[in-house]
Amino acid sequence: MSRFFEWWRRGSVWVWLSSAALALSLIMVAGLVLLLGAKGLGFFWPSNIQQFQLADGLVLRQVTDHESEGRYHPARIQLKVANRDIYGQDFRWIDLADIQQSSLPKDALFVERLEYGPFIGRLIQIEEYGQVLARGDEALSIARSRLPSAKAHNAQIKTLEQSEAGSLNTRIEKLRLAERKSELQGKQTPQTMQEAENKRKELHQQFEQLQTRLDALRAQSNSLTVTLETVDGHSKVIPLANIARLVSPNSVGLFGKIGTYLSRMWEFLSTGPREANTEGGVFPAIFGTVMMVMIMSIIVVPLGVLAALFLREYARDGWVVRAVRISVNNLAGVPSIVFGVFGLGFFVVTVGGGIDNFFFPERFPTPTFKTGGILWASLTLALLTLPVVIVATEEALAAVPRSQREGSLALGATKWQTLWNVVLPGASQGILTGLILAMARGAGEVAPLMLTGVVKLAPSLPLDATFPFIHLDRKFMHLGFHIYDVGFQSPNSEAAKPMVFMTALLLLLIVLVLNIFALRLRKKLRRRTGGSSF
Amino acid sequence: MSTAPHVEKIFAQRALVSDEFPLTDTTVRIAPILIRTKSLNLFYGEKQALFDINIGFPKNTVTALIGPSGCGKSTLLRCLNRMNDLIDGVRVEGKVLLGDQDLYAPGVDVIGLRKHMGMVFQKSNPFPKSIFENVAYGLRIQGIRDRLVIQEAVERSLQGAGLWDEVKDRLSESGLGLSGGQQQRLCIARALAIQPEVVLMDEPCSALDPIATAKIEELIFELKEKFTIIIVTHNMQQAARVSDFTGFFWLGKMIERDLTERIFTNPKQQLTEDYITGRFG
Repeated sequence: MSRFFEWWRRGSVWVWLSSAALALSLIMVAGLVLLLGAKGLGFFWPSNIQQFQLADGLVLRQVTDHESEGRYHPARIQLKVANRDIYGQDFRWIDLADIQQSSLPKDALFVERLEYGPFIGRLIQIEEYGQVLARGDEALSIARSRLPSAKAHNAQIKTLEQSEAGSLNTRIEKLRLAERKSELQGKQTPQTMQEAENKRKELHQQFEQLQTRLDALRAQSNSLTVTLETVDGHSKVIPLANIARLVSPNSVGLFGKIGTYLSRMWEFLSTGPREANTEGGVFPAIFGTVMMVMIMSIIVVPLGVLAALFLREYARDGWVVRAVRISVNNLAGVPSIVFGVFGLGFFVVTVGGGIDNFFFPERFPTPTFKTGGILWASLTLALLTLPVVIVATEEALAAVPRSQREGSLALGATKWQTLWNVVLPGASQGILTGLILAMARGAGEVAPLMLTGVVKLAPSLPLDATFPFIHLDRKFMHLGFHIYDVGFQSPNSEAAKPMVFMTALLLLLIVLVLNIFALRLRKKLRRRTGGSSF
Repeated sequence: MSTAPHVEKIFAQRALVSDEFPLTDTTVRIAPILIRTKSLNLFYGEKQALFDINIGFPKNTVTALIGPSGCGKSTLLRCLNRMNDLIDGVRVEGKVLLGDQDLYAPGVDVIGLRKHMGMVFQKSNPFPKSIFENVAYGLRIQGIRDRLVIQEAVERSLQGAGLWDEVKDRLSESGLGLSGGQQQRLCIARALAIQPEVVLMDEPCSALDPIATAKIEELIFELKEKFTIIIVTHNMQQAARVSDFTGFFWLGKMIERDLTERIFTNPKQQLTEDYITGRFG
């Protein structure tokens, strides 16, 4: 009994409880990351293609899932059907009992196409301008060797479309806007109209020339085709340029598979999405997320720090300040969708509408800023994370020792000089802690973004080579929204399920990278300002 | 009144630190008063902390303010550069005259007057900046940009504070990386850099070990050639060692102020004698 009392008196029970709580939190976090990794990272692995002899014929499939015998169904496996354009379904369950025979044919081919998803089957022949170049294995090796140049050709067409055709379009649009502007201002004369008309004709002519060039290039690109055949005899002719990758998982070894894995992962990180976001990469979403978080940080830190400075250093402590402080803390608890509604109502409609009326009347009725965009989304999130920064900054300011302020004041510094030179540098680490928390919160928000500027597929990045380079009015893609969209709004979310996990893992990684960046900055500051601990 | 045996003991200890005895010389006796208070009363809200203080601090001398805790000696010190203004609810009556200028007259430039008064605090408080920037701070906030001027001032101040030889090779390192005694001397150098007339020291050695304390005391000897020094201390041996004048405070009143020699050998007030002989406080 006394032993138990001693144990209790020492507080061992609380030590155990606290360590258990910590362990539980760690297990939950690790479990989340492991789940995402386990479900997502297998996505890129080129698994073997199995050929099954069933009662109703042969099938050639990748096994994607396995269920042992359950209460309502016998043991069964899930197969990736692929060839969506032929069968119209992505997955199929078959009972193990129905399989009469199975094998791993060496020549089974997994073709990643730019359209209609993957194709599983065999390569029959390769043709150029209708002439058969080769058949069978030889055709496969020719297709492999010519695939890079076909892709490069395709990329060239795309660049032409985007840069030259794009810039011509921009110039035509600018001309129209200039005309409209002079019309609105009443400066239009028959002479200017004639000039504009001539210019427009010239531009249209250039555009048509470009179109002919593009058509020729496209025809050339489409001339090289491959004929693919499924195991049950459907055949398909597609241009080689429409193929992203040719994988024969059954015949390449482990290293070949690793190579494919890495190449697929790189594609995921570095290219844009295709097929309603369920294939391809997420680069625009990564870019949009990072850029949005950065713009948000640039807005929220000065605003939050200045607000906290006034609140802590200048405002006379009374009931007003206390009320403001309570309000700021409560602001952190407002549901984020409410901030989204506010952002839509205030930033987009009121401020954006005002900007459009004032600066861009000639573009009416096409809105420029009176629609969601990365600036409004960042501003909304800045508002959302403002309480975090204000509270952290206030704490950090309060932690700067009074003796240092007095030391500065006694040297004849003004209050502002003291704040700027001594107090703020001393509080900088705490301010950065606030920034880290704000970034983590901001990067994970989706709901307010859906109202203020995020889209499923943005035609262009908010940062590019055309003047003025940073396009704050553009809509953007975001990893969080991508997860929602691919996982729950896409026509075949089952096929894109691993991509959802992968995207979630990537979002976690990006938050981690941003935080490491801020942590390093804080560490650097600590080294420069000495061992002040906060 | 004969010398108390206790005081002889103090002087005996003094003799261990240094051979020569600080006999008050004539220049100290005839030094003109640089800064004086006239019927200074100070209130923290309703509570009065200083009662009718009249004290003068002669130029190029060291004046020690002694007394038990809470007797108002630090408060008086902070009146001299108006640091008490920073505390809410402080009210000051009377005058503090620097030359013939009243520091509490309406319209006085408080920021400007603090440039005449360097201050060293009880706990060393270097800024979280490099050693160089710590010393240069006072000049930079005055808008001095000339690098040569600043470098010269930093070197002169660090030499004045006896720290130059120890830190000249690491001026760009953080001031917080120095030892306690070095930090305090850095703070002294920082105060010297703005070339004040008066150096106010608020128990500068209370957080230091005896060796660092001895260094600072030596420094005070050297500094009084150029500056007028007012030092608050709890350590009566220190007051006896470093000061030319000593003021004894008790419950917000100045009981006695005289040559240090006289205060410690032949005080006029019974209260003073009781305090320095350790009968209370």
